[in-house]
Amino acid sequence: MRILRAATVTATVTALAAVAAGCGGGSGFGGGGSDDSPRSLTYWASNQGPNVEADKKILGPELKKFERRTGIKVKLEVIPWPELLNRILAATTSGQGPDVLNIGNTWSASLQATGALLSWDRKNFAAIGGRDRFLAPALDATGAAGKDPAAVPLYSLAYALYYNKRMFQEAGISKPPATWDELVADGKRIAKDGKWGLGAEGGQLTNNIHQAFALGKQHGADFFDAAGKPSFTSDGAVAAVKQYIDFMAKDKIIAPGNAEYGQNQSLRDFATGRTAMVLWQAAATTFSADGMKPGDWGVAPVPVPSGTPGTGRQINSMLAGINIAVFKNTRNLRGAQKFVRFMTSDAEQRLLNKAYGSIPPVKAAQRDPAFDRKDTKVLRETLTQSAAPLPQIAEESQFETSVGTAIKDLFADAAAGHPVTTASVKARLAKAQQQMAQ
Amino acid sequence: MRSPVARTPRPGGRRRSPTAPPRTFLWTRRIFLTALTGFVLLPVYVMFSSSLKPLEDVSGAFRWLPSELTVRPYLDIWHTVPLARYFLNSLIVAGSATVCSVLVAVFAAYAVSRYHFRGKRIFTVTVLSTQMFPGILFLLPLFLIYVNIGNTTGVALYGSRGGLVLTYLTFSLPFSLWMLTGYFASVPRELDEAAYVDGCGPLGALFRVVVPAALPGIIAVAVYAFMTAWGEVLFASVMTNDTTRTLSVGLQGYATQNDVYWNQVMAASLVVSVPVVAGFLLLQRYLVAGLTAGAVK
Amino acid sequence: MRGRARLRRVGLPYLLLLPALLLELLVHLVPMVIGIVMSFKELTQLHIAHWGAAPWKALGNYRVTVDFDAPAGATLLHSFVVTCAFSVLTVGLCWLLGTAAAIFLQENFRGRGLLRAVFLTPYALPVYAAVITWAFLFQRDNGLVNHVLHDQLGLTGDRPFWLLGDNSFVALLVVSVWKTWPFAFLVVMAALQSIPKDLYEAAALDGAGLIRQIRRITLPSLRPINQVLLLVLFLWSFNDFNTPYVLFGKAAPEAADLLSIHIYQSSFVTWNFGTGSAMSVLLLLFLLVVTAGYLLATSRGRKSADA
Repeated sequence: MRILRAATVTATVTALAAVAAGCGGGSGFGGGGSDDSPRSLTYWASNQGPNVEADKKILGPELKKFERRTGIKVKLEVIPWPELLNRILAATTSGQGPDVLNIGNTWSASLQATGALLSWDRKNFAAIGGRDRFLAPALDATGAAGKDPAAVPLYSLAYALYYNKRMFQEAGISKPPATWDELVADGKRIAKDGKWGLGAEGGQLTNNIHQAFALGKQHGADFFDAAGKPSFTSDGAVAAVKQYIDFMAKDKIIAPGNAEYGQNQSLRDFATGRTAMVLWQAAATTFSADGMKPGDWGVAPVPVPSGTPGTGRQINSMLAGINIAVFKNTRNLRGAQKFVRFMTSDAEQRLLNKAYGSIPPVKAAQRDPAFDRKDTKVLRETLTQSAAPLPQIAEESQFETSVGTAIKDLFADAAAGHPVTTASVKARLAKAQQQMAQ
Repeated sequence: MRSPVARTPRPGGRRRSPTAPPRTFLWTRRIFLTALTGFVLLPVYVMFSSSLKPLEDVSGAFRWLPSELTVRPYLDIWHTVPLARYFLNSLIVAGSATVCSVLVAVFAAYAVSRYHFRGKRIFTVTVLSTQMFPGILFLLPLFLIYVNIGNTTGVALYGSRGGLVLTYLTFSLPFSLWMLTGYFASVPRELDEAAYVDGCGPLGALFRVVVPAALPGIIAVAVYAFMTAWGEVLFASVMTNDTTRTLSVGLQGYATQNDVYWNQVMAASLVVSVPVVAGFLLLQRYLVAGLTAGAVK
Repeated sequence: MRGRARLRRVGLPYLLLLPALLLELLVHLVPMVIGIVMSFKELTQLHIAHWGAAPWKALGNYRVTVDFDAPAGATLLHSFVVTCAFSVLTVGLCWLLGTAAAIFLQENFRGRGLLRAVFLTPYALPVYAAVITWAFLFQRDNGLVNHVLHDQLGLTGDRPFWLLGDNSFVALLVVSVWKTWPFAFLVVMAALQSIPKDLYEAAALDGAGLIRQIRRITLPSLRPINQVLLLVLFLWSFNDFNTPYVLFGKAAPEAADLLSIHIYQSSFVTWNFGTGSAMSVLLLLFLLVVTAGYLLATSRGRKSADA
């Protein structure tokens, strides 16, 4: 009797599950969308401004402009970063999502692999004015190599070196360092009496990856070989990571406490004059919010081993940015294309990137003088001349987690006073590589 | 020698009666409670003092007393993020989930504690086993189910407060069920019998006798159900949109990529916790109500 | 007449259970089954959009998980051990603090009501803000903990790290206990109300001291509630995701790598839901075994009134 009852319960639950499963996965991601509801669009914007409300204020008038021109009403939702990937995931799994959305450009390959995003082939690009309007490096960050892009660049950024002018003056340094050796030397001159040379966000995995990537390029290593297999233990990769950790371990220009920083404390340290240099994307608004005056800091390109920033081994930054993508099963394909065309038009690009402090990936829009001011000039030049996108592979986030954690653990070692050698760095990277094999 | 149970204070003076607690007990209690209060309130104090600092000072070097005081954060929090809307959403969702959860649990616990029926063991074991699965793995399947329900019946459960209420009320059900079964079980059957003798049916006995006797337990379970719904982050982040977002998720809106408004986070957290703590102050009285001893004899 | 009345009597418990059962099916059980099904499939980002049609991997995901020689298996085992230690300690400390506080607050004294509300405060505060505040407190350079330990009391030589390295386990434990003990306090406090006073008075007249009374009367009467409380606290702390996530971010230090974060890394972050589901199912099986053993061990000698 009891067994019968147990069997009945199990059967009922399984049957219900089968029903749910049978309808599960939504209608899938079929062909290329339809034009069932041409009058409306749902747009998921990422949080680019100081807060969600500010984003709504910036985007609101633009969306109204779009509605006036095309008659299509855009339902905007600004999604904070902690939620965005979860929401996209749920949308991908269930087929229930927006028409157009922002994605971090490092997610492009992963999302491309799900098959949920519209491919931008020649026809689709023609609808928004053609590929050539966009910066080539920014286009590289839109999907796996050899495939059509899964998204279109929207806002772009790169890393720069911010330095405290007064601290430099007091230490007798006349200009910002252009090579790593100069940076270490400058840092050592400043690092005393509770002041430190360089700040690092050691507990933040993405920041670690970004620095290691740029250094890796300079050592001729790519973290992934031509076939897309991880090669974290190549000499170049190990040397790159070791160089970054050595700023704390050997050169002692990064304070040990930085190993646990994960909430942008390194920016706070810079703003309060505890650290003289920091490598960051667009940090101007943060510094102002923390009490610095614009004349207090200077901006310079991220250092290189020697010479000036450029391509190949002279790359000094990863190419950061936001792409705009269309969900394949959108019910308003024409409208979505029009919207993407609108957002990537020269005028909108100028306006939005100015508002957000980023650099337009649209070449024509870059010529606006707003992108030639002190901070933005350096960012723009780095972006156009010496930035490269992170590896565009489907396992990108796994890469970020495994190598980023390895670097965080190495920083912890250094902060605790344990020796950091080439062998120990290689061992940790080997472990990270093994985790990628899953 | 003294009992650990409540005793009304005697009027007229502090003479030591023979059944007064020993000095050691009093002193142990004082030390223990003081230390515990310190432990509990330490972060609260830090939150409070951080909420009154200008942004630059918040994660700077620690000080016991802030050097510069400002109430700006308490004004800014309402604008940076639509805090009032999130607050209302949380209240609605948590309140509804609590009421429904307690009702469902009271009925079910009455059945489990008072009756023997086939399938009882399976039911209780299954319900308990739901606590063993990590919440993350419920997320996608549940979202899928809600989407399917939405597609087939047109009742949108994702992105709505209703879907969240349904989810939360079920989340708190297993524990509420187990606890209420225990609390109900400690209510003597004689009370039920007395109600039957008076002419009540089983439901009458439930509401006239068992519920009042187990009121502290019910209050405890209601608090638990409310706090579960109030503080849940993961499912709220996926199942809400801008209009229906709750507090627990909304508070993260003070943190952006570069700037985190720590003072506002602290101020907002304190502001939204005040009603909850006030609720606790009101409710804690009922946690002592309803002693059953002596009623039957 | 009699037949219908009997039907109503027999049917009543089922009717009372029906709402609970339906809700559990919809929100808990069916998703769990789907989750279990997912563990047998190869569910990476390549297949997530059509998860129904994803290829079957039979026990492949499980094999990867339990292969303790491979790095994934080894870290999982380590994570498992850390989580067990963490849960046992959390439950023990929470129960001790909660029961002691509930007993101390049984007797009426001035300010008791206020103290009750104060003690429930950690439970009332939003998790995110509370844990972030503790992260501030534990900061190496600017945190209150080091400020007191190092600067004001001079107890340690060099400023220790609390969010990195081996101390991170202690930090995690402190935050978890701080957050959870009020719940034990709440539950025990409510349960204490149902112990009849005359039992204590009789014992007091017999000359039993306070400790004796607690051991002989309070604890046995609390047994049914304690049984559930300890079990549930264990299960919750085993599965706790929010605390380590907010305290440490996506990558917890090895000493504090809890299973929940570990599984999150293997599923959400890396888009590998098949493996994440497999780990969850293994976790479920383990907890079922532990629960069964615990219930057997504690049910001996107990009245079966609420079995």
